[in-house]
Parts: sequence; structure tokens; C-alpha cells
Amino acid sequence: MKTLDRKLLRDVRELWAQALAIALVLAAGVATVVLGNGAYRSLEETRAAYYERYRFADLFATAKRFPRSVVDQVAQVEGVAVVEGRIEQSAILDINGFDQPATGQILSLPPGRELRLNALVMRQGRLPEVDRSNEVVVSETFAKAHGFKPGSQFRAILNGRKKQLRIVGVALSPEFIYAMGPGDLIPDDKRYGIIWMAERAAEAAFDLDGAYNAIVARLDRSATPDAVIKHVDRLLDRYGGTGAFARKDQQSHAFIDAELNQLRTMSQIIPPIFFAVAAFLINMALSRLIVREREQIGLLKAVGYSSRDIAIHYLKFVSLIACAGVMIGIAAGNYLGRGMTRLYAEFFHFPFLFFHYSSSVYFIAIALSLAAAWLGALLAVRGGIGLSPAVAMAPPAPPNYGRNALALPQFARLLPSVANMVLRHTLRFPVRSGLTVIGIAASGGLLIMSMSSWDSIEFMIDVTYFRLQRQDITVTFRELKPQRIANELIKLRGVRSVEILRYAPARLRHGHRHKRIALEGIERDADMRKTLGLSLEQIGVPDIGVALSEKLAQTLNVGLGDRIVVELTQGKRRQFTLPVTAILQGYIGLQAVMDLDSLNRLAGDGNVVSAADLMIDNNALSSLYRSLKEMPAISAVMLQKNSLATFRKTLARNINIMMTTFVTLAVIITFGVVYNSARIQLSERGRELASLRVLGFRRAEVSAILLGEIALLAILALPLSWAFGYAFNWLLISGFDTDLYRVPFVISRHTYVYASLIMLLAALVAALIVRLRVDRLDLIRVLKTRE
Amino acid sequence: MVFETRGLSKVYRTGDVEVHALRGVDVKFFASEMAVLLGASGSGKSTLLNILGGLDRGSSGQVIFKDTDIAHADDDALTEFRRVSVGFVFQFYNLMPSLTAKENVALVTEISANPMRPEEALDIVGLSERMDHFPAELSGGEQQRVAIARAIAKRPEVLLCDEPTGALDSKTGVRVLEAIVAINQEFGTTTAIITHNAATRKIADRVIYLQDGRVVRSEVNAKKVAPAEVSW
Repeated sequence: MKTLDRKLLRDVRELWAQALAIALVLAAGVATVVLGNGAYRSLEETRAAYYERYRFADLFATAKRFPRSVVDQVAQVEGVAVVEGRIEQSAILDINGFDQPATGQILSLPPGRELRLNALVMRQGRLPEVDRSNEVVVSETFAKAHGFKPGSQFRAILNGRKKQLRIVGVALSPEFIYAMGPGDLIPDDKRYGIIWMAERAAEAAFDLDGAYNAIVARLDRSATPDAVIKHVDRLLDRYGGTGAFARKDQQSHAFIDAELNQLRTMSQIIPPIFFAVAAFLINMALSRLIVREREQIGLLKAVGYSSRDIAIHYLKFVSLIACAGVMIGIAAGNYLGRGMTRLYAEFFHFPFLFFHYSSSVYFIAIALSLAAAWLGALLAVRGGIGLSPAVAMAPPAPPNYGRNALALPQFARLLPSVANMVLRHTLRFPVRSGLTVIGIAASGGLLIMSMSSWDSIEFMIDVTYFRLQRQDITVTFRELKPQRIANELIKLRGVRSVEILRYAPARLRHGHRHKRIALEGIERDADMRKTLGLSLEQIGVPDIGVALSEKLAQTLNVGLGDRIVVELTQGKRRQFTLPVTAILQGYIGLQAVMDLDSLNRLAGDGNVVSAADLMIDNNALSSLYRSLKEMPAISAVMLQKNSLATFRKTLARNINIMMTTFVTLAVIITFGVVYNSARIQLSERGRELASLRVLGFRRAEVSAILLGEIALLAILALPLSWAFGYAFNWLLISGFDTDLYRVPFVISRHTYVYASLIMLLAALVAALIVRLRVDRLDLIRVLKTRE
Repeated sequence: MVFETRGLSKVYRTGDVEVHALRGVDVKFFASEMAVLLGASGSGKSTLLNILGGLDRGSSGQVIFKDTDIAHADDDALTEFRRVSVGFVFQFYNLMPSLTAKENVALVTEISANPMRPEEALDIVGLSERMDHFPAELSGGEQQRVAIARAIAKRPEVLLCDEPTGALDSKTGVRVLEAIVAINQEFGTTTAIITHNAATRKIADRVIYLQDGRVVRSEVNAKKVAPAEVSW
């Protein structure tokens, strides 16, 4: 080993604590890169492999009923590779020991062959026999939630008739990686299940002899989905087609897209913060080391080492720190990545899960770490090693405070000398002080960003469940019903009030833009379902025209007063144009709302409804549940309060995991910045502080100078951290803006307070650790040496 | 009598090596006396001064300061001792670079019970004109005079000077010594100066010679001279 390298190792050993603090910040950057990219690719590749192996469809369409020959016609459409016809229906399920009505999505299985598309992954048991009308396969999550095994039984109301079903198999499907019941915000496995039955059984149950009501198709690689959709829509039009849609609008797929989108946003915002802070810390620590070793550098040069040799020496020093950071970061990133993947396994249902260990991710992480370390180092080295050996070997002139002190002579006179020392030292190194403030503030910003998740979600819950949809239960009917069905519902024991509404499947058009949506017709005096304007003010259902949620208006590129074309895809399938008369606020899904009577008049199929909102008496819940399960007209029951509870519970877990991670990361930054800053201060001012001790200053008084500067910087960082938190949160939230949901931008005062407290606490702990060194100052040595 | 040491020894241990810096020193300092401690490098004079000033503790023996043995005082008591009773002047001045001359003096007057005003202290050392300058803007001699002003501003009972002219040229050194002598005469502050510069001994009331950690000789100076007459 070369002597200079031996010096390197000894330098690292002497500065191990500082080096470790820097390595940890780098490690946090590396971990977030490995975690973010690893999780992103794991999820994306797992999904892709699952889709490929189990032939997930590219196109989905439903109609009222069409002859099987239509399937062959669709197969002829240019761009279509494989088609599968099927029966698709929803049904109320009645399960022993579970009094709430659950909803089942029923799908048919072709006789005597495997599914061509959306193939099942059998986890237990077998497929139903072709001629056994009571045999079904159920989705694994649903089976697990109820403890079902092959042989278990439950009842379903199929087309108004109650039927006992027997489970013969348990399966997963690429179509339901994320399976969410109607009206839910998050999957509730107890209340929603997928049920596959033999085609013949489904035909009989839903009066669809020789017919299907849905198709799924796989397209050629070269096909454009929009062109195929147009063709398919034309074919299904006269069979009551509700409009075909591509994979990107399929619920399960779209949710995973949203998750991937979030991961990408996170991995774009967070790692750069850590690498930037690490570069700064390395610069700060190395600059100080070079100042301290000034005479040694002079000596090395005097004996013939070149500036380049010395620069390389210091680059090796920071590379060593970077290597430590990379190793810790990769280990932590992999560990966290597995945790994240396990979380996905709970949330998304895959038959297999790859955790992606990609050498390219590691390579990126290593490259970023080294880049950050070298950038920080080169800036420090550039200033430190250019001196001629003779100058370098002479002691440096005392730091000159004359110039910048002129900036505050009047003010300074009022302060005690100790405060003056703090203030002037801070101002003496404005860039370093500024960067320290920015570093601390970045961690505060991260804290605010992660902690405000709760604020956003609580706000979203408040708006969605307590201001927009205040009903306890929404029931959906199998088909359009006359409005007098309300009279039947109000008679049920436990129902306090009923409000009717109609969901009309429609395609909204504006120019070349269009969107499939369920147009909501609600009563003008509706009390449970409300419409809120953009600033969340109550606005009634518009008398004329249609109200669109903000996101939908953006998608269609319309504003107030613009006219849109509404093509109903149900009943008489009428088309009409309507003015946009209001823009609505809402965070879940896309919304188009109009007056129920106007909708019925325009649709031309009488005074009908498709759903009803109920307010209920909680004391009569079980009896009401029993009645609902028995009502043949009902195809789905949404329990708002239950779905809210599930939403809270699931999110609480996810957010707590996320917050723990972020708080840890943020504390690492604050700690790294403050610890380094305090150590460097101590190193620069050790002599001053020891001199003060000699002059009779007590330990606490001397520490006040050290801690005073940290406190000053931390306090200056507070407002900046709020600004950072605001900005980070804004970036994050813009990444979450999808058709499925949007996250409101809310940061509560509590969040600011708690984030600030955590940040200050981390700074205090770091400063106190350095303060212990004040006790060990060597009072005699400082008097004997020049710095 | 202000100070008295009895059998004061100091042993430094670094690894397996024991260094005997002081080997049973018995020495007395009297009120208002100006004493010079003379000795070669390694003779133990700095160690003695550090122990007298409460910066360090002896390994054995007693250090009596006005009837109190400070040899075994704890850290806080020594801090109070330095704060109240001792003024220090060091070879390398040890000024705070971020404070002006006046503020460096104020640093000490702010924590003293009965200090003089910083301006007054700086006037005594002849620096009234430059009291708003930062250390980096002062010459070595000026910096050392600021250090002296800082040391005396709290009206200490003893002034301990460790090689106060060690980093200065002869002409500047003389001005520094003049300031120290003036304070000794005006305020009657017991003053101990350590130096390896034999010429300095002429300004003292008494010269104490140290060698190998022992006081080898102590002689009263029959004919004290003014610093201006000393040169080296």
C-alpha cells in the first residue's frame, strides 16, 4: 500500500463519524433509487409477465345481449387477433355468517376448453363441470376473506332467483389483479368477489340462451385500439352495446398504472434531494479537511507530489465514503424493496411476484453517488490545493471578519459578544450557512410532504363521504325501474329515507375528444347526494345542461357554456347536445351530473331509475340487510360507511409504512447536515472555544456558541422547510392526478408544526452529540499552537 | 502571599512513557510582585503556569491560592477561579477573530463582577485608537496588547503571561512588556511571566529559574530596569 493511501485510511478512521453521517445521506439516496426503480420495475414486469402468460385482453365491451355469431364478426375486424364472448353479470351474494350483502361479479367459462383470454390461474380445486349449474370458481381474495375452500357453499341472487352455489375451485385472473366493488374506494375482499361459472349455467341463470352480453379481445401488435373500438361499437350498437374500451380504461389495469405513476413521481422527487445534500456535505467536510491539512499539502507538494496526485488522494477519500453509502443504500433499498413488494402482494393479486434486482439500477445508483461525491469534492479540492508549497506550509492568515461585519455595526452593538460571535461566523461563510439552511429545510420539506398525506386523505374523505355522498347505502337495480320503486324501498324496515337516481351509460363528446362515463341523473332536491363547485361551495343540480367534474371537463377540453354531445349507450340510445352549466369539485373518478327528469325526458324511456340512495337506521341493520338480499331487483349494494372504514384501515397501514420510511429518511438528512456542520464548526472554532474556556467561560456558555449557530441555522430553515414542503407536495400531488382519483392539496397547520418539531429535534440531538466534544476540548494545547 | 506551591509534581503519561514535567516544586508568589520564570524549553515553566492558572491539575502536592488549595478543585471550581481571579496572556494571543478589539475585551467584562470598561482597558495598553478593528486588521503586537487588555479588564488578582513576546520582534515585544509593567505598577496585580528570553528577567522583581521540572534558583533583582532598556 502506498503511504498516501495509508494516510487516507487513517483520515477516514479519524473522521469516521462524519464520514458515516455523509454515507448515510448517500445511502438514503441510493436506497430510494433502488427501492423506487426496483419496485417500479418489479411491479411493471410482474404485470407484463402475468398478462403475457395468462393472455390478458386488450379490449373490453358489454352489450345487452347479442347472438354468438357477433363474436365471429368481431374476430373479422381488422386488428383483432383473438376474441372471446362471455356472459358478465353482477349479483347479490348471501353468505352464512356474514350479514352484509356482498356483491359478486359473475363471468362465464366456455365449455370444454380453456379461456382464450384472461385465463384463470387455478390455486385450488378444479373448473366447474360443463353441465353442473351450481358449481363455481371464486377469486382467491374473496375465498380467503370468508375462509372458503373447494366444497364451501353460498347463495347468490341470479337474475332475481336465489341459487345455492358450490365452490369447486379458487383462482386468480389477470383481469382482477386489483378487484374493487362498485362504489368502493379500495378493495373490500369480504364484500366483493369474482365468480366464474359454466357458460351453460350462466345462460340459464340470466336468460341468455345462445347469446352473450360481453366480449373481450386481444389485438394485433400493430392495431390501433381506437380504430378497433369504433368497429366493435358499430357491431354491438344494435345489441345495446355500452361502448367498448381499451385496456388503459380497465379498472384493475388503470389502478396499477396509477400506482406505477406514483412510484415514478416519488423516485423522481426524492433521490435528487439526497444526492444534492450529500454533495454539499462532502464539499463541506472535505473543504474543512483540506484547510486542516493545508500544511501537509504544502509539504507533499514540496517533496514532489503534483496537484493532481493530491486531488486524486482526496477523490479517493470521498470515493471511499461513496462506496460505504452505496453498500448501505443497496442493502437498505433491497430490504425496503422486498417489503414494498410484499405490500404489493397483499394489495395486488399476482400468481407470482418478481423482485427486480437489476444491475442497471445498481449502476445508476453507483454512478449518482460517485457523481454527487466527486462534484462535492472537486469544488472543495479546486480551492484547496492550488496554493504554492511555500504559501501552503505557512500558517493561514486569521479569518478576516472586517468586511462583512460592516454590514451590521449598529445592530451588533446591541448584542452580547457571544451572540455577535455566532452571528458573524454565520455571515462569514454565507454560502455554507445558506446551504446548511437549505439542507435542513429539505428534510423538513420531506417531512411535510409525507405527513400531509393524512391531511389530503382526511380532506378527501370529508368531501367525498360527508359533503358529496352522504347516503348510508346505494342500491343498484338489475335494470331500469319505474320511479315508484322508491315506495317499496321506504317500506323496508330500517330505511329512513330514499332518494332515486339514474346512472345512464353514455359517451360524452367534444370535438374529437370523448369519454365513456355513467351520466348521473339526480333529483333536483336531492339531499344525500350533493354537487360542489370548485371552491367546494354547494351548487344545486343545474336546471338545464350538465355539470362536469373538473377533470372530466379538462379531458374533454370544455369550459362553462361549451356544448357537448351526449350519446346514451343504453335504452333508446339517443343523442343530444347539452351546455356545460357547472364545473364540479370531486376527487374520486370522473363525474357528469344532470337533473333526473331532464335526463329521463331526453333519454325517452319514461320516468325510470337505476339506483337509489338510502339513509338507514343503524338499529335495524341486520333486518335491512336480510331484506336487501331478498330483493330480486337489486344487483349490487354499496355500503358507504363500510367502504369508508376499509378505506381508512387499508390506507392507515400503507401511509404509516410510508411515513415511517420518510421520517427516517428526513431525520437522516437533518442529522447528517447538522452533525457535519457542528463538527466542522467545532474543528474551525475549537481554538476559540477552548480559549473561552481558559478565560473562565463555563461549558454551557461555550456550548451556547456552538449550539447557537446551529439553532440560528435551524430556525432560519423553518420557513424555507415550509416552502419546500409546499413545493414537494405540489409536485407529488400533480403526479397523482389520474382519471381514477385526484389527491387534494392540503397541508394542515398540525403537519407544519409536527414536521418542524421533528426537524428541530433531530437537529438538537445531532448538535448535542457534538456538544459532548466541547467537554473534551484540550485547553492547554490550543494555547501552544497557532491554528 | 498570593500563591504557594508545596511539593508540586506533574507526570504526563502517554502510552508507556512517563514524562515528569514538574518534580516537587516549592515556590511562592507575593502580592504585587512581578516575577519572571526563566527556563529552557521543557524545564516545566509552562506546566507550572498552567497549574497556577487552573488550566491543569498537578499529580501531587498543593497549590494554595489565598488559603485555598486548588490542587484538587473540580472542573467547575477551576472555571470559576479562572473567571474571577486570573488574567491570562498567551504567546499566540488567542483572540476571537469574529470580534473587534473592544468586543474581545467586552467578552470578558460581560461575565465579570467588577470590570473596568473595555475602552478603559484598551486605553491602558495604548489601543484606544484601534478598538473597532478586527484581529485580522491588527499587527501582532497590537493583537497581544488587546489580549493584555482583555486579561486585565476584569481586575484580576493575578496576571499570568506565557511567552507574551514569543511571537513578536524586539521592538513590538518591548511595547507589550511596557503594558504589562504599567499594569503591575498601577494596579498592583501579581504578575508572573514565563519566558525563555533571558533579557526579560531585568524587568522583574524576582527571577525564578527552572530546570528539569525543579526550581533551581530564585533571585531578587536588585536593579529593576524599564522594558525600554531591554533588548534582545
